[in-house]
Amino acid sequence: MQQFVNVTLGGLSQGAIYAAFALALVLIWRATRIINFAQGSMAMFTTYVALVLIEAGHSYWLAFGAALLGGLVLGAVVERLVIRPVEGGPALNAVIVTLGLFVAFQAIAALLFGSSFESFPAPFGLSGFRVGEFTVAFTPFSAFVIGSVVVVMLGLVALFRFTDVGLRMRASAFNQEVARLLGVRVGGMLTLGWALAAAVGSLAGLLIAGGNLVHPAYMDGVIVYGFVAAVLGGLDSPGGAVVGGLLIGLALSYVSGYLGSELVTLAALAILVAVLLVRPHGLFSRAAERRV
Amino acid sequence: MPDSVTAAARRLLPSSVLGRNLLGVLAGLLVVVVVLELTGPFRNSQFATMSYYAIAAVGLTVLTGLNGQISLGHGALMAVGAYTTGLLLETGAVPFPVAMLAAAAVTALAGVVVGAAAARLHGPYLAGATLALAVGVPGLAIYFDGVFGGEQGLRVSSPRPPDWLADAVYFVTAGDLTSARYLAYIGWITLLAVLLLLANLTASRYGRIWRAVRDDEVAAELAGVRLGRMRVLAFVVSAACAGLGGAVLAMVVRLAAPSGFTIVLSLSLLTAVVVGGLGSLTGALLGSALLVFLPPAVTGLGTDLGLTGTQAAELAPLVYGVVLVVVMLVAPGGVLGAVHRLRHAWTRRRQGARDVGAVGSSKQGG
Amino acid sequence: MATMATTATMAERGPALEVRDLTTRYGPVTALNTVTVRARPGEITAVLGANGAGKTTLLRTISGLVRGSDGSVLLGERDLTRAPAEAIARAGVAHVPEGRGVITELTVEENLRLGDLLGARRADRRYHLADVYDLFPALAERRRREANSLSGGERQMLVIARALLSGPEVLLLDEPSLGLAPRIVARIFGILRDLVDRDGLTVLLVEQNARSALSIADAGFVLNLGRVVAAADARTLAADDELRHAYLGF
Repeated sequence: MQQFVNVTLGGLSQGAIYAAFALALVLIWRATRIINFAQGSMAMFTTYVALVLIEAGHSYWLAFGAALLGGLVLGAVVERLVIRPVEGGPALNAVIVTLGLFVAFQAIAALLFGSSFESFPAPFGLSGFRVGEFTVAFTPFSAFVIGSVVVVMLGLVALFRFTDVGLRMRASAFNQEVARLLGVRVGGMLTLGWALAAAVGSLAGLLIAGGNLVHPAYMDGVIVYGFVAAVLGGLDSPGGAVVGGLLIGLALSYVSGYLGSELVTLAALAILVAVLLVRPHGLFSRAAERRV
Repeated sequence: MPDSVTAAARRLLPSSVLGRNLLGVLAGLLVVVVVLELTGPFRNSQFATMSYYAIAAVGLTVLTGLNGQISLGHGALMAVGAYTTGLLLETGAVPFPVAMLAAAAVTALAGVVVGAAAARLHGPYLAGATLALAVGVPGLAIYFDGVFGGEQGLRVSSPRPPDWLADAVYFVTAGDLTSARYLAYIGWITLLAVLLLLANLTASRYGRIWRAVRDDEVAAELAGVRLGRMRVLAFVVSAACAGLGGAVLAMVVRLAAPSGFTIVLSLSLLTAVVVGGLGSLTGALLGSALLVFLPPAVTGLGTDLGLTGTQAAELAPLVYGVVLVVVMLVAPGGVLGAVHRLRHAWTRRRQGARDVGAVGSSKQGG
Repeated sequence: MATMATTATMAERGPALEVRDLTTRYGPVTALNTVTVRARPGEITAVLGANGAGKTTLLRTISGLVRGSDGSVLLGERDLTRAPAEAIARAGVAHVPEGRGVITELTVEENLRLGDLLGARRADRRYHLADVYDLFPALAERRRREANSLSGGERQMLVIARALLSGPEVLLLDEPSLGLAPRIVARIFGILRDLVDRDGLTVLLVEQNARSALSIADAGFVLNLGRVVAAADARTLAADDELRHAYLGF
């Protein structure tokens, strides 16, 4: 029973991170119909930036902010320079470009920061809260993880629902041509969308790194889990991405806790295939028909 | 003498695709023998490496280039082939050609399973699913470490050249048949056989159907093509190639370990296929050569520029990544596509203005 | 609602929108061939012609969705030739595209807000949200609903309302009657005519339904295979039997 509780709690905080990462994928997918396979590498890169700042003696929070800002800039630059030319082209070309970025960012990170494992600090304690005589696997840092993901999600909802720029971004995502006819600078909105998504991805990268080891490939699994979560929720549905992320977090936590951590990625693959074959629109997508 | 050969070739050329491909492969074999005999053990082992990349890459180009299905999971399929080979050779009872065929068969079987799922997916979905495969499969080897040797992997006992063959080679070339050269021969003969099969396959009815499915699914379906079957078939053929490539890899590297089949391997194969030009077997060969001969070059460049060894080793994946991006932005047809375009532009310019109208009107249909 | 436009003085200033010798090609196909069309301020100008005559291409070239290869587009004194679509929209050309251009994933009010955001940049805007809700009460009732749930007629009202909110100098309408019941077409055209008479709106109306279009238009141009084959005031066009039979289909 205690193990079950612990595995569940661990799954929830991992799931929150996957949810953030899936949300970042969905933001980009909705705006440009591209899955950014480079998102994990980009997040890894900004996390290293934070690590360098921390090792130079700056505070965790300064590094945290710098990484998010770095993600914002990186996302915008990537969209402008290499994604713009393949937007609206054959799907395969865009996929290959993001895969190229995936490899390139990892190599650059290894060049600049080394390819060995380094430990990344956490701003809050990593020992579990005590409930009665038990110590549960829910730490102050887990609370921070879930809290920051919730804050970011509420922020995004507010941005898209209640602000003019959010409305323009949604219009650009849903119907570029009509948006242009209404005077919206669609290109700018797409850049902004990539920037925001990359910042959210960076947050996920930082949260996963907290209290753990980082190396240039540490986000490889997360891109898979985030993708599975996004597909599970329906790639068009931000709410679905969040639920999908939590479900995947829980499911993988159970697999890891009861079967073995080596099987986690394969379990993710099994879930993905099952979802795509049984309910290709995801659990929450409203789209009537979609080619998967 | 050369005149009569070319005359014979010319007589044979138009008669059949099979004949022409066979001739090409024989010529290729000749080149391989000459090159391998004239180069030392280091180059031999580089060529051996190129052969297994190429075997997997030509398989991938059939899938991605001809049939339009992307796979980021071919590294994982190579792992299936490599482990199968390793396990069979470990028994000591199985001759290596049988082990290789078994590896191809087992991987083809895996290809049926993966392909059946993949046949229903497109573009980014397929990429994501096969990415999961690439990241997930090495975990199996660690989980079942009793069979697969865990993180350390399986040592593979590579075949040694039999004495009679070594003697025969010495008799003909007065050179030693070193182990590296022998493995390179195995790799290249396998590659040439695969090329022969694939060249005929792509020129056959199946090749045409695959292209039709890639270009316009709906039209192909209306024409009576059973899309799912054709997609699975493409995947199976491609997987069998990956399995063979994995088998050669296991024998050349003498090891099958999870660290050898990372996502970077899958992405390198994709790079090879994309760089040469999607859908072209020759392009895949060129791309594989790049995978082998580029890393030492850029690594050397890196150390010259003052990078440490581990840093310089990262230059190769950096170049792969940059190449993938740049090729897609600048020349989506790959190197061969760019060459074709240039040649096309050149001949058109030579033909002069009189044909411009014809070119214009031929475009009107689209 | 704001002051009535002084139609008479505006008419003296020449066309509100002028398209001069416009040529547009899709690859080797010439969709528009040296087309000249003028829309006078405070009038409805109809552009008529059969399917494939180049009517939609004309509007898409004016609004910058398609690049013209030759000729020019002038909005009053401003040269909009080959400007990007969003800049043309900001300059005051409101293009309601074929198939209406409702963003179905957004609510009715969000669709309208997009027009409002564009109109907010203009000092001389005539319509605000309350005005268009007065004009189209059906939209007011459904303001929180997703635009997806609207009927065809309501969608047409929504996009016209959205275009009005953007404070247009010229309204480009592409086949507003398409797929709508005659009763609804009559109602929408009636509202359009009222707006033009009351507020001095300038409209360039592309229609295959020539009879209905000419019944509310002041002037008309007839396109055939990418060329202007006739240009006159609406009554003259409607009275020309030969033209009607050859190009207008009624």
